[in-house]
Formats: sequence, C-alpha cells, structure tokens
Amino acid sequence: MEALANFFATPFGVFLIIVGQVLALLVTLLILLAFLLLADRKIWAAVMMRRGPNVVGPFGLLQSFADFFKFIFKEIVVPAGANKGVYFIAPILTFTLAAAAWAVVPVGDGWVISDINVGILYIFAISSLGVYGIIMGGWASNSKYPFLGGLRSAAQMVSYEVSIGFIIVTVLLWAGSMNLSEIVEAQRQSNWFIATPLFPMFVVFFISALAETNRPPFDLPEAESELVAGYQVEYGSTPYLLFMIGEYLNIVLMCAMTTILFLGGWLPPIKALGFIPGPVWFLIKVCMVFFMFAMVKAMVPRYRYDQLMRLGWKVFLPLSLAWVILISGIVTYVPALPVLK
Amino acid sequence: MLPTIAFYLFSGIAVGSGLMMISARNPVHSVLYLILAFFSSAGLFVLLGAEFLAMLLVVVYVGAVAVLFLFVVMMLDIDFVQLRQGMMQNLPASATVGLILLAELILAFTARNGAGETAEKVAEVAPMAEQTANTNALGQIIYTDYFFMFQTAGLILLVAMIGAIVLTLRHREGVRRQNISEQVNRDPKEAVVLTNPRPGQGL
Repeated sequence: MEALANFFATPFGVFLIIVGQVLALLVTLLILLAFLLLADRKIWAAVMMRRGPNVVGPFGLLQSFADFFKFIFKEIVVPAGANKGVYFIAPILTFTLAAAAWAVVPVGDGWVISDINVGILYIFAISSLGVYGIIMGGWASNSKYPFLGGLRSAAQMVSYEVSIGFIIVTVLLWAGSMNLSEIVEAQRQSNWFIATPLFPMFVVFFISALAETNRPPFDLPEAESELVAGYQVEYGSTPYLLFMIGEYLNIVLMCAMTTILFLGGWLPPIKALGFIPGPVWFLIKVCMVFFMFAMVKAMVPRYRYDQLMRLGWKVFLPLSLAWVILISGIVTYVPALPVLK
Repeated sequence: MLPTIAFYLFSGIAVGSGLMMISARNPVHSVLYLILAFFSSAGLFVLLGAEFLAMLLVVVYVGAVAVLFLFVVMMLDIDFVQLRQGMMQNLPASATVGLILLAELILAFTARNGAGETAEKVAEVAPMAEQTANTNALGQIIYTDYFFMFQTAGLILLVAMIGAIVLTLRHREGVRRQNISEQVNRDPKEAVVLTNPRPGQGL
C-alpha cells in the first residue's frame, strides 16, 4: 500500500494520475454528451409534437451511438480544391479546444483536474480560440457557402466574446477571485450570484452563450436556408463528427459556466439537501441549463444577421459595460464585498 | 526536467512557426503560423509564472487580433507570384531593420545582466511578488501606482479609435434603416384599422 502511495508521488505517478483524471472526465463527458444530444432532439421533437428518435434501443436511447458508428464507418471525402492540411486540422482543433477547456471546470468540491488561479480567463481564452476551427474549416473547403459561414461565424463570435468578457469581469469583481472553485466557494458564503445584482448579467450571459456556441436563434454560420449548412457543407464522416462533438462540448461547457458563475456550481440549493454529493448537483444544474438551451432552439426563430450584430454591439456591450461600472461601484462602497477578500 | 523540456518545446515551436510564417507561400498559412507562434509564446509565459499575461496574450492576440487578421487575409484576392517578386528588392531594407532590432535586444540584455542592481530593479517593479498572485500585483501596478499612465494610454487609444471611425464612416442617402424602438412601440390601436366594407364597394 505504501509502495503504491510512493509510486504515485513520483513525477511519473503524478503524470499517470492526471492522465487517469483526464480520461475519467472525458469519457464521462462524451457519454453524457451522447444522451444530451438525444435529449436535445427529444425536447425539440416534443415541442413540435413529434416523437423524435425512438427506434434504436428503448425509447431511442441508443440513437446517438448508432449515429456515432454511422459517422465512423463513412468514407472521408475531401473536396478536390480543398487545402488538405487545414481542412483536416480544423475539426481536430475544434474538438481539442472544446475538450481542453474542461481542464479547469470544477464539477465538485476539489473535483477539478487543474485548479489554476486564472481559471476563468483560461476558459475565456480557450473558447475564444474555438472560432479558428470554424473559420479554418470554412476557408479550407474552398467553396462559397462554407466560406461565408466561416466569416459570419468569426464576426459573430468575436462580437459576443466582448460582452461575455465584461460579464465575467462583473462576476469576478463580486466574488473577488478568478479561480473557478473559489467563485463557487464565494457563493456558499453569500447568495448564489443569480440572487444578487448580477442577475441581469445571468440573462445576458445565457443569450451570449447561445450566440457564442452558434446555437439557434444565432446559428447563422450554418443557417440551412441560406448557407445550406455553412462551414460544415464539405465535411462528412469523422471530420464532421469531430465538429459536431466539439460544438456540443462547447454548449455543455457554456452550461457548466452558467452553473459555476451564477447557479452555485456544485452547491445544493438548500443546506438540508447537502447529503447529495456535489457532482450530482452540478450535473442536475448543467442539465437544467441545457434544457433551456434546447427549448430556445425549439421555440425561437433565427435572427437576421444585422439584428444579431445590433444585439451584440448596441445592446449587450453597453449594458454589460454599465454593469461593470455599477458593480465596481457597489464593490468599492459596500464593506462586505467582494465576498472573498 | 519537465520545465526544461516544455521550454525547448514551446520555444522551438515558436521559432519554427515564426520561420514558417515568413516563408509560407500562402498568406493564410502565414497567419495560421503566426497564431501558432503567439500560442507557443503564451506557453513560455506560463513557464515564467506569468499566467495572467499568458491568458491575455491568448485572449487579445490569438482570440481577437489574429481572427480579424485572418478575416482580412482570407478575403484578399492575392496574386502569389507577384507577391514574391518584390522579395529581393525589399531584402536589404528588411535585413537592416532586423539587424537593428537584434542589436538593440543584445544591448538591452547585456546592459541588464551587467548591471549589479538588476535584482533590486526587478523587485521594484514587482511589489508583493511573494504575497499575491501576479494578477493582483499587475492590478496594483497598472490601476493604482501608474494610474495616470494607464489613463493616458487609454485616451490615446480612444483618439485612435475615433480617428479610424471618422475616416471610414460614410453617410449614404436613401438608406432605409430599421428603428427597433419605433417598431416595438407600435400600438395596435394606431397600426390596425378595422372597417366593415360593403360587398362590391371596397375601401
């Protein structure tokens, strides 16, 4: 037993532990993703009074796995004019970045792979890189619609990142830390941040997260009525699968971010329910936010491009900027704030 | 051991991608290599313990500036052959600039390492380096100690931004614009008229 403990204290042992943690998180996440994808389609179908996927497995539970094998076994077709290197790097980049962001997400008390001080900035940085996968894919396909989709997506993600940045600033001003675990800890000591003057930022963050992940009603990069499927037109088989998994990983990441920043992360809603372990609460909250994502997708019609830009630059940016000023004022003059001194 | 490997990996990739950036035939590839160079430099910052700077480098340069750069380069219609013809003409000028930069860097580093009081100088600009994370230290320096410098820099940027907007803003006549608040504030009483026309008469 002691020999084992000693082995895991060596650099190689630590390395093995980290690899184990990464694998555990990724495998859980990917399996969760399979069912969230199904849930997405089921909710969408239910709103339209359809049944949704119901053939593979009981209630269609195994539909995502069937889709997975379908994508894996398809032939990879590369367009003749494509820029091959960039064409294949793009989906790999999308998937890798989406998975890498999860390294700092605390799913429970101490349940985090890398508890870094600038965790929130790390997620912001990685998610701002996500645009490269799309824009590279759009350009490398060497075709009109993907290119237009890529350009749209680049402009859209850059626009909404600005307001997401300001929202993050308000949260970290209020909490007094950039470490994600400490932000959750701050919500244990005071209210959840959704029940503070940060509430409007919760709404803005949710909508910006929709835009940032190219979800409807902001899915202009892949608007099928105008651009067929945008940057993904020329992709099929496994590269497309990587794009899709990356996109959904980003969506779940945004759900997790909403949970951590505003809904108290792994904390139970009332103390009496504290016997249920933190990761379960985290999962429940993430699923609830995802349900909201799915409902928006089912109910809201797609924005026009100029409306999207107007919302980002003329509504959200001034609003979040004003809120940064307001929150810094409150934090300066209220002695109890920031929560973590 | 591991930091050394990481250092050589990051700096090797940074230098390699820098070289590829200036030698790549396709300008889009150049920008992509530039992004890789930025990203590797961010990795070097992390190794130095400057995690805040590393994140800022990724957010600002990779996530925003380089995206716009890529955006522009992708839309350019470039004749690659013509682009490379000017290379030999510009070589002396660019080599001179590069040599001057190299000389300045060497001068700065030798002067810095030669001077005895370097450690004190470093300690001077890094207050409470022991006590707090470097984000707090940077905040203390930028927003408290050197507040006026920061404000001045901000004003200069503001002037540049206004200048850019003034130069590119064009007012075109006869463009129909959407006034959102007007549309939202429309009242059914004014917008809808109910009439009861007789058959064959019309309105």
